[in-house]
Amino acid sequence: MKRSNAPVFWGLFGAGGMLSALFGPMLVFITGIAVPLGLLLPRDLMSYPRMLAFARHWAGKGFVFAVIALFAWHAAHRIFHSLHDVGIRAGTLAKLLCYGGALVVTLLALWGLLAIGF
Amino acid sequence: MSQPANEAVSGRRPYRRSMKGWWRRDPFFVRYMIREGTALIVAAYAIVLVAGVLCVSQGEAAWNGWLAAMRSPVSIALHVLLLIGMIYHSYSWFEIMPKTMPAMFVGGKRVTATTITMSGLAAAVAAAVALFVVVWMLRP
Repeated sequence: MKRSNAPVFWGLFGAGGMLSALFGPMLVFITGIAVPLGLLLPRDLMSYPRMLAFARHWAGKGFVFAVIALFAWHAAHRIFHSLHDVGIRAGTLAKLLCYGGALVVTLLALWGLLAIGF
Repeated sequence: MSQPANEAVSGRRPYRRSMKGWWRRDPFFVRYMIREGTALIVAAYAIVLVAGVLCVSQGEAAWNGWLAAMRSPVSIALHVLLLIGMIYHSYSWFEIMPKTMPAMFVGGKRVTATTITMSGLAAAVAAAVALFVVVWMLRP
């Protein structure tokens, strides 16, 4: 019997769901509200030299990659499985678009993080 | 929905309840759809972040462009929306966790759904506080 690839997608969905449930709200607050407005945190917290250093550090690089890739795979899996509920046939094309989108986001993040260097 | 071939031949036109607005008929389904809809919030935030990574990789001017975009009123409004959606995602993730994880037993007794949900929510609050404290300590 051919092994199903479903557990892989389910695993990525679960990991992304857990990571976003734990850190998602605070990440959105910090990067999207607090730092842009200088609210509670200083605006130059995310200045270019600091972000460059963060993205060059292995821990920063790993965290950013995990957040982007797992969030993308979580969302792709959930959107794909909800298509039927909104009356869209969840066929091969839909699957390619959903998981392909997550793959593109993952590869862009990987490329960007590698281009930033170490 | 398309008609099966045999019905097209016989001319039968059985009643089929429309799918339209099915989830609005029951508050349980409404909550289900909002929960699944949070995937769009998570996807949008991943795209915002990957744009940021690409901007850092392109140099200081590109990064400052991303920062300026993040400061625009449209972005702030979007992120308030993303924050609300992300909080709901977090809440609903742990709300359904008793159903998505295998049954857990402690001392021969099954851990109740409420305990699992409450532990998850407590972990989410702890993670958020820990993240904020780490970023606070790293501030310039």
